[in-house]
Amino acid sequence: MNGKLHLDHAHVRMLLRAMLRIRRFEETCFELYQREKIRGFMHLYDGEEAVSVGVIATLAAEDAIVATYREHGQALARGIDMKALMAELYGKQQGVCRGRGGSMHIFDRTHRFYGGNAIVGGGLPLAVGIAMADKALGRNAVTACFFGEGAVDEGSFHESMNLASLWRLPVLFVCENNRYAMGMALDRAEAETDIARKAAGYRVGSEAVDGMDVVAVEIAARRAVAAVRESGAPRLLECHTYRFRAHSMFDAQLYRSKQEIETWREKDPIRRLHSWLAGNGLLHADELARIEADVAAEVAGAVAFAEAGEWEPVAELERFTLMDQVPQ
Amino acid sequence: MSAATSAPEPQRVTYREACKLAIRAAILADPRVVLMGEDVARYGGCYAVTKGLAAELGEDRIRDTPLSEAGFVGAGIGAALAGLRPIVEIMTVNFSLLALDQIVNSAAAIPHMSGGQFAVPLVIRMATGAGRQLAAQHSHSLEGWYAHIPGLKILAPATVEDARHMLQPAIDDPNPVLLFEHVMLYGEEGTLDPAVTGVDIVSARIRRPGSDVTLVTYGGSLFKTLEAAESLRQEGIEAEVIDLRVLRPLDMTTILGSVARTHRAVIVDEGWRSGSLSAEIAARIGEASFYDLDAPIRRVCSREVPIPYAAHLEQAALPQAPDIAATARALVKGG
Repeated sequence: MNGKLHLDHAHVRMLLRAMLRIRRFEETCFELYQREKIRGFMHLYDGEEAVSVGVIATLAAEDAIVATYREHGQALARGIDMKALMAELYGKQQGVCRGRGGSMHIFDRTHRFYGGNAIVGGGLPLAVGIAMADKALGRNAVTACFFGEGAVDEGSFHESMNLASLWRLPVLFVCENNRYAMGMALDRAEAETDIARKAAGYRVGSEAVDGMDVVAVEIAARRAVAAVRESGAPRLLECHTYRFRAHSMFDAQLYRSKQEIETWREKDPIRRLHSWLAGNGLLHADELARIEADVAAEVAGAVAFAEAGEWEPVAELERFTLMDQVPQ
Repeated sequence: MSAATSAPEPQRVTYREACKLAIRAAILADPRVVLMGEDVARYGGCYAVTKGLAAELGEDRIRDTPLSEAGFVGAGIGAALAGLRPIVEIMTVNFSLLALDQIVNSAAAIPHMSGGQFAVPLVIRMATGAGRQLAAQHSHSLEGWYAHIPGLKILAPATVEDARHMLQPAIDDPNPVLLFEHVMLYGEEGTLDPAVTGVDIVSARIRRPGSDVTLVTYGGSLFKTLEAAESLRQEGIEAEVIDLRVLRPLDMTTILGSVARTHRAVIVDEGWRSGSLSAEIAARIGEASFYDLDAPIRRVCSREVPIPYAAHLEQAALPQAPDIAATARALVKGG
């Protein structure tokens, strides 16, 4: 970790807290899934927290986010209300999408959060269009587009990189390279496994970063976002990371060894930041316990909110299939 | 100058010119409207619809795209989500299959999936249909497929008036609207009545009234169907011709009202019959108007082959006026 970033006490506490919120939220989701409170497909983010927290810390309110089906982390880091997020996972009316999206399709207009997208690579062209609109409408906004390394297999990755570069659009492409597309290892899927290098083919500047180090991610993202904002041209940030849990809740993980998982668990971004902060005297001794207590209370509150939520009346089933107006 | 002489004259235009007038007017009326697609700017459009517009309106508003359908259709959806009112042109419906994921999984689904937080006010125009000997990868009529999808509106302007006026309400609509232009219509001439300044994108139109049989059609088959109706008239059969205009949602009120008067229905669709729009319309007539019918519902559709190249084979694959007339005649005489 280095100090190019101004690591004041409040900021590092925020990073730690943001990652812990995601970790504890995901752990609770895992339990709730086992209790069948949450159903459908659910993809947990444990291990990858440093990516969303580090990148989103550099975004402004007017910036936009496009994410994937493993987007609880981005949603929380962006500031989407944890209660409404949990209620969505429950499928309740009080959910951020009124129970119509579920875990894989989280949207929040007030945070310019354009989904959750359960089609691998499906969000990249949308990010190009959002940036196109922002540019045309004179907004000084950057669109951060998260996608996994599996999306690089899809044509939409290549088409979107080309369009964003050709039309000079302010998109930050953030590749969360967690090494496996479900069970498909990157080196079994791609002839060229250096994703940052692929960007050169589209004249998109890129950088790879240790995605288990939140400060490193933030430094790299801050540099990339500033470059995008200043030049109006896209950049790609590849974050090397790892998911600690299975791909989804139906995955025996036959494609990777327990030892590999353990090796990566030793790089846990939360433990890493905490021990670095503690070792450098940037965190008071009792502070972690206080943050943990706050987060536990917030998660418990979100679960209680979701439990108390109501089901959308079936009479409303078809509502929003066709819109009456464009929401402003 | 008297009122009579100052009134604008009816204007003879081709369908192609009507499309162009519509695009130009929409772009001039709203800075959020842009048109993008393959070869729309410097080439002037594959079917010459946008010829000259880029020079007049600028290449930011009439934007050439790479051959990247998933990319630029998805970009159109994203731009609509974020405040523009894009018109995306896809050269032909066959090419739209490269963007099917974006159209079905994003454009049609996001408003509902987001609980109404986002709308996708996007228009996608594309050419459809056969008749130019372009064979199986440029000639299909897949609009019925798209009409299967909740969240989309599907339009098929057949007349120059609709080509001129359906675009603006499609742009104003908060939903993704797919607008299908039949390739054989681009060169057809018609009259624009200056008194008509707009049309709806809700209703079907009765293009020819009749009392003996209802012929339901749209798009490129409308003029073949009107031709069939004219030949039937000479035999003493009065066919009512309905132009659907809107393929989703269907205006069943107009269809069922007509069937209640004529008691017979023939559906004419250049799409294939299996699992089709014509099947849907037949089913709905059967469900709602069974006791109004004096005869079975009939369909005239394309033969179930990929559209072939050779002219005689291509024409044999498509619904033709004599087939339509023969089907309607048998229905009336048999009933």
